[in-house]
Amino acid sequence: MVAGTQDRAPTDAREIADDDAMGEDAIEVMSQRQLIWRRFKRHRLAMFATFVVALLYTTVPFADFYSSNNPRDHHDRRGYMPPQGLRLFDGWKPDLHVCEQIRTKNEFLKIEYEPNCETKVDVRFFGKGYTYKLFGVELDRHLITVEEPYVIKMGSTLQPADQVGGIYLLGTDVQGRDMYSRMMHGARLSLLIGLAGIFIALAVGVVLGAVSGFYGGFVDNLIQRSIEIIRSIPTVPLYLGLAAAFPADWSVERRFFAITIVVSLFAWTELARVVRGRFLAMRQEDFVTAAITAGASQRRIIFRHMLPSFYSHIIAASTLSLAFMVISETTLSFLGLGLQAPAISLGVLLFAAQNIQSVLLAPWLLIPGIVVVILVLCLNFMGDGIRDAADPYGS
Amino acid sequence: MLAFILRRLIYAVIAMWAVSIISFVIINLPAGDFVTTYIATQLATGNLVLEDEAESLREFYGLNDPVYVQYAKWITRILQGELGFSFEFNAPVRTVLEMNLLNTLVLGVFAVVFVWCMAIPIGIYSAVKQYSPGDYVATFFGYAGLAIPDFMIALVAASLIWTTTGYLAVGLYSVEYQTAPWSLAKAWDLVKHLLLPVIILGTAGTATLIRIMRANLLDELKKPYVTTARAKGLTEWQVIRKYPVRYALNPVISMTAYILPFIISGSVILSVVLDLPTIGRDFLRALLAQDVYLSGAVILASGWLTIIGTFVSDLLLAWVDPRIRLEED
Repeated sequence: MVAGTQDRAPTDAREIADDDAMGEDAIEVMSQRQLIWRRFKRHRLAMFATFVVALLYTTVPFADFYSSNNPRDHHDRRGYMPPQGLRLFDGWKPDLHVCEQIRTKNEFLKIEYEPNCETKVDVRFFGKGYTYKLFGVELDRHLITVEEPYVIKMGSTLQPADQVGGIYLLGTDVQGRDMYSRMMHGARLSLLIGLAGIFIALAVGVVLGAVSGFYGGFVDNLIQRSIEIIRSIPTVPLYLGLAAAFPADWSVERRFFAITIVVSLFAWTELARVVRGRFLAMRQEDFVTAAITAGASQRRIIFRHMLPSFYSHIIAASTLSLAFMVISETTLSFLGLGLQAPAISLGVLLFAAQNIQSVLLAPWLLIPGIVVVILVLCLNFMGDGIRDAADPYGS
Repeated sequence: MLAFILRRLIYAVIAMWAVSIISFVIINLPAGDFVTTYIATQLATGNLVLEDEAESLREFYGLNDPVYVQYAKWITRILQGELGFSFEFNAPVRTVLEMNLLNTLVLGVFAVVFVWCMAIPIGIYSAVKQYSPGDYVATFFGYAGLAIPDFMIALVAASLIWTTTGYLAVGLYSVEYQTAPWSLAKAWDLVKHLLLPVIILGTAGTATLIRIMRANLLDELKKPYVTTARAKGLTEWQVIRKYPVRYALNPVISMTAYILPFIISGSVILSVVLDLPTIGRDFLRALLAQDVYLSGAVILASGWLTIIGTFVSDLLLAWVDPRIRLEED
């Protein structure tokens, strides 16, 4: 079936697929889920994308562990430091270290950093750093860090040179905060917004889509027309308008929830559309008729018989919406209307790179944007892969 | 056909009503009514507003009325072209909008033309030569345009141009032409400044349209009528141009409905990065300052124009493609 159906027309593939399934023992005993998994595994790009997304999602619990410095630690002698190269060797001897940075002001009072590799700063894996809580346990181990952080020679502000130790793999921002650690925390919050948004969109979308597709008639008409109206409203001006209407003195948490609701405002309509379409197609299927005849309750038919048969479609649609939500949050925060400092999200980090001047001065401020691009790209590959795998008649 | 038009018209009116409610809510969301804001701004400029003057202002704008009466009064004023007062710009909203309307439209029209000129040929090429290196490049570009936020494209492009050519692509006019009357030289100056914003604004749209065009055309190319046309001896190019491309162009027609919000949202982002004098920039400034009448007017206008655009494009689609109007009847 797997190789055979590829060149056949999709219209009669269903019967052929059934015939083939009869012929091949191996496939006959496979569940729908196994079949989808099997097809998905062959989609190498989608597999790789899933791995990347999963890796990025580990920042949700482990952002603090991944960080080398406290993301809120600032220092006025450390602003706009460029990324340090992580050096693996000292001469020929393997030795993991970064170089001390010497900070100078040139004749235009522009601050410049010069690595001084005479003074090495030893980098440790699982070294001790700032304390944080993981699942309620206080820990102080970090993936990659320096055990004895920055020794800064304090002098008067007029002093021409300063030495800066410590590990700043992706440089620092204007306030001297470690971009790498901030990026880990930013990824965590941006991904959490997406996740929370998906739950809201799923709850609303699946219920309304299921009701719409299962009952049909007037209810269906009403829900479909409402969706059409919602979708005809341009998203960006509305997002911006809503986000701007939130009072500036709202707490970080409150703002987080408000922005989550804003970004999921439109996502549910797409999910509802997918679910309804599947339901409509499935209402006539034999197994549903069988369930009705057997006297199953409507709830049981919907949730036990119909929904599981298109989980993968829902997952695919959710993955694509998740990508859209991450982009929406990033754009809102970039414009200064979404999350705001002290919250750290990818968009909040990019807010610092708002104009060309700061990008030219510190190009590494755009690195969180690369994370957004990778994440959204991978979510799209993943969603497309799942959709292809879930379609039993596709090639 | 008449029933189809009528049904679409009713949806459009309901949608416009829904958008007006949303805009009204957004205008009224910030704490304190706008007379309070007005008094505050007047105080800041040294003018004291007396209590009875404030009261008469409230009376005039109907702020003491129940919400639905307020809404009714507001929408009536809007329909009469009275859009309210912008505190941030200290001018009527209408004047503020008219100020940069031309710039916005010029930018938008160029961006849309750019999208069409790029996306349609690339989409056709990519579908006809599926899995060729060119197709892979186009597909990659399509995905990249989807994943890279607009502002990243703008920032990176502008920085690259600055570092390589030393030309800072900011604004729409050079300083000497800022207030100069229209002349050929000024128009040329504008064209030079438009190049980068148009490309940036168009990139995301181009990427989306390439993907749609390619997918649609690929579906169409498999259909029997294409085989029939080939069997009748038409050259490959004639086959593609006369039949499937015409059908695959439908999304281009539907996309015209989204031109306006696309320009506004795109120019909001561009205004931050490139400082372009467009309605988008005024909109963002209004949003950040909670200047509700201006931002509300922009949301309402872009919403309504999108709905009208969708309505018109639905009619166009039905006119171009008989299948759509037959399906609906």
